Amino acid sequence: MTNSQLFELLSQGFIDTCWIILGSSFVAYAFGFPLGVLITLTRKDGLYPKPVLSLGLNRVINVFRSVPFYILVVALMPLSRFVVGTSLGIKATIFSLSVGAIPFVARLVESALLEVDQDMIESVITMGATKLQIVIQVLLREALPQLIQGLSITMIMLVGYSAMAGLMGGGGLGDIAIRYGYYRYNYTIMYYALIILIVCVEFIQTTIGWIVRKIDKRN
Amino acid sequence: MIEIKGLSKRFSTANGTLLALDNVNLTLEKGELVGIIGMSGAGKTTLLRCLSLLERPDEGEIVIDHLNLLDARDDRMREYRQKIGVVFQGNQLLKQRNVYDNIVFPLTLKNRKKDEYDERIKQLIELVGLTGKEKSYPSQLSGGQKQRVAIARALASEPDLLLFDEPTSALDSITTRALLELLKEIHLKTQATILIITHELSVVEKVCEKVVVIDGGQFIEEGKVSDIFNNPKHKTTRLLLGLED
Repeated sequence: MTNSQLFELLSQGFIDTCWIILGSSFVAYAFGFPLGVLITLTRKDGLYPKPVLSLGLNRVINVFRSVPFYILVVALMPLSRFVVGTSLGIKATIFSLSVGAIPFVARLVESALLEVDQDMIESVITMGATKLQIVIQVLLREALPQLIQGLSITMIMLVGYSAMAGLMGGGGLGDIAIRYGYYRYNYTIMYYALIILIVCVEFIQTTIGWIVRKIDKRN
Repeated sequence: MIEIKGLSKRFSTANGTLLALDNVNLTLEKGELVGIIGMSGAGKTTLLRCLSLLERPDEGEIVIDHLNLLDARDDRMREYRQKIGVVFQGNQLLKQRNVYDNIVFPLTLKNRKKDEYDERIKQLIELVGLTGKEKSYPSQLSGGQKQRVAIARALASEPDLLLFDEPTSALDSITTRALLELLKEIHLKTQATILIITHELSVVEKVCEKVVVIDGGQFIEEGKVSDIFNNPKHKTTRLLLGLED
């Protein structure tokens, strides 16, 4: 393989990985974030207690969370064919990663919101805030640094999982590392892919960490 | 005039029903500064939670200007709540907002344009002695300063009743003294009706005109501070004063 072919292979892999991370983070948050807010609010000590709904949602989340991710991806293959039309490549990977990450995101959002001090919420209630105002202006706003921190955790987890999805021809750098490094013993390509993945993780962590420090006024 | 009439609150516990508040009655004249003192478990917290409308009493009325706050339906709840300003013990400020935004917060709940309140907020900040700290965040303030912000915030919506829950329990003695001075000054300047719920004798002694002793969910003694402290009738009062053990 010439250098320019190598470059092309890796840069395509990098771009694919970026799409996978961004796409699946986006979809996972689009569903996981509202779900996380919902399970927080419907707890029995929450703002809108709904015990039955809360129990049901928590059961479903726990079921998904307890399935090992690799098995979940395999199990989702038929569904993936049905929803995005294929069980291979970036689209399929984004689909299964998103589904796998939704319950994870929901739990992260829940734990961020539960950190908001109950006394503070009560003091806001005594000022006459409506429940909606409490959710938007107090809960979400006070938990913002932690919510953004959660995004960083999710994205880094997805980098790892995207590599795992590479085992099944999911596209991206993980796919390249396995195809060339594992099947063809081309360790050079594997290590290059690995280094780029490490840089990706570092980049996510540093950037989001910087944003969190900027907006976190709690200490 | 603020009237607390026949307030009772029961809790069901593993050992049966607990009567946390037992038919308590109190009338506050406008501009009065009254302390409610009692030991832990006397019903202070329940009383505070009922008066701040966080807990619904089983019986009784809280009447401000002939209006029973406990009749409130959801749509008028906000209006009713704003008649009572509460200063809690701790952890009550919004940590992601600065001093100014914390104080203006209760006002923006009904009207989002915070510019309209600029002058009022500046006056309040000056009143509690925090000029220059407008842009500071709670984490940058001392315990005493945080309490000052909480007081200014409670005053922002011009409540008919200002309720204090153990305002100095988390503060050292020097900060406590300064805060009590501030409390007196605020009372003098705003003529607000103030109710302080505390277990600290010194708080009542230094700032209150009238005192009510609570024990076992009942008001067992009430009157002018000097009268009660010089001539306590009830055993619990004597215990609190350290005249008996």
